Amino acid sequence: MTDLLYAVEVMINGLMAGVLYALVALGFVLIFKASGIFNYAQGVLALFAALTLVGLQEGQVPFAHLINAAFGTDLHYFGWQLPAVVAIVLTIGVMVLLAIAIERLILKHLVNQAPIILFMATIGLAYFLEGFGDIMWGADIKTLDVGLPQGGSAWLEQATAGWGGENFYGFFIDRLDIVATLVAAVLVISLTLFSQYSKQGRALRAVADDHQAALSVGISLRFIWVLVWSIAGIVALVAGIMWGAKSGVQFSLSLIALKALPVLMLGGFTSIPGAIVGGLIIGVGEKLFEFTVGPMIGGATENWFAYVLALVFLVFRPQGLFGERIIERV
Amino acid sequence: MNRMSSAPPTESHVTEDGRTIGPVLMELRNITLRFGGVVAIKDISFDIREGEIRAIIGPNGAGKSSMLNVISGFYRPSEGEVWFEGARRPAMRPYKVARQGIARTFQNIALFSGMSTLDNIMTGRITRMKSSLLSQALWWGPAEREESDHRAAVEKIIDFLEIQHIRKTPVGRLPYGLQKRVELGRALAAEPRLLLLDEPMAGMNVEEKEDMSRFILDVNDEFGTTIVLIEHDMGVVMDLSDRVVVMDYGRKIGDGPPEEVRASKDVIDAYLGVAHD
Repeated sequence: MTDLLYAVEVMINGLMAGVLYALVALGFVLIFKASGIFNYAQGVLALFAALTLVGLQEGQVPFAHLINAAFGTDLHYFGWQLPAVVAIVLTIGVMVLLAIAIERLILKHLVNQAPIILFMATIGLAYFLEGFGDIMWGADIKTLDVGLPQGGSAWLEQATAGWGGENFYGFFIDRLDIVATLVAAVLVISLTLFSQYSKQGRALRAVADDHQAALSVGISLRFIWVLVWSIAGIVALVAGIMWGAKSGVQFSLSLIALKALPVLMLGGFTSIPGAIVGGLIIGVGEKLFEFTVGPMIGGATENWFAYVLALVFLVFRPQGLFGERIIERV
Repeated sequence: MNRMSSAPPTESHVTEDGRTIGPVLMELRNITLRFGGVVAIKDISFDIREGEIRAIIGPNGAGKSSMLNVISGFYRPSEGEVWFEGARRPAMRPYKVARQGIARTFQNIALFSGMSTLDNIMTGRITRMKSSLLSQALWWGPAEREESDHRAAVEKIIDFLEIQHIRKTPVGRLPYGLQKRVELGRALAAEPRLLLLDEPMAGMNVEEKEDMSRFILDVNDEFGTTIVLIEHDMGVVMDLSDRVVVMDYGRKIGDGPPEEVRASKDVIDAYLGVAHD
């Protein structure tokens, strides 16, 4: 009985970790759907968003090192603390500006290029943004605190403590994970509604399908790209907040993109629900595997399990669970 | 069928079958289009009058599709001017041309294959949707009312084109003839002033061709839409069009009512082939 309850706890925690993976994967899916670009910079986008949020919140002077070196000043902080909500709204503004800049400086010049060229451009963008973030906000590790609850939920722990035997102390579930789950659910529902029922959402799907036809019905490709990158930037911000609150804002935050890869292989590159389900399967799978098989083979399976699972999927279902079926006409 | 039209460019007149042909809607003046060293269109001028069906014909590679792409803004002419509704049109991106009320179909069907018939035709109304991004996102009152108005307009087009049975089908799964019809529906949804059809009947069987011809005539008749169409099937062209432009090797070799064009020696030579000496 106790073992079973432990397994359930592991599963719940897996589901919640999965939600965080799904959040990152969602950013990839959005851009891939609308423009066929695999956005290598998505992870760095999350890092940059989190850095900007912390910087704005703590009143850090952007480019302080550069300014100080050039003018011999000693600026570091404006001396204010912004409320979290204000900082988040401002950061969204910055992400939209970034989307406009990306369209103006990169995408606009690469219209009609092969996907691999655009992919290379996003690699360049990733390295640029990484350095740009460092110069703008400094390279030190920052703590992100937007007032999200942290630590295990005492209420849940007490409420479930009586379920098991003597050795069972109740479910331990991080409240941050609960919040992340709720946020992700709201995000996915609103994105789905937006893309299904709004003018811009329909335009977005149209652009994803056929550029020429989209132009012919009066859709501006450039506007749609700015829109998509803005949304991807906002999703990156949400992912950045959740991961940043968990483990601090630092370079390694951008590596969460690697966790999204197996999620994408599982869920398919073009499906929003796929990103969610894929994330959940990976989250639960890797936690359960670690729980059941881990002790037998020395643990640390979480580092590789997701990739092996993704490889198995690649063999049997290369388009992912929800991806568009690959039909080759001869 | 005789549908002659030869009045001065500013006056309207009524055809034998009771349709009104108005003043000039679009005028192309000395259009030349070059790709590197290749001249696709060479100094062509003609006009399109309100309410008429204007055909562009010519052998393969004559530059017909290029001409249509110039009109729809997909190509920018190397020389020459496009006049629309009495004003010279500046160089313009295709989506802006679409917003001026010029809709088109493509030679190799360009539909949104992942979407249903209904959604495809709905995208045709994008230029007519007004509500802001925010109210759309929040699904506010005006956005909701607008959506249902547009739905009603789209349902009318679906009825008109007799495609009720495939409303919810993803268009990628439809047979070729029906796809062409959906594409026409999408163009119609914009309620265009000028409708450009690039080989609307290519690859169709006789029955499908007859259906499509009927739809084109009905669109022109009921909505008074001005239509420019490119077509290979001479019989179809002769039946449908009020006036015909004939192109060969990028030049204009004929322009006038169908029977006049058909009788022209240059046109016969171009179609049957004649030794150039």
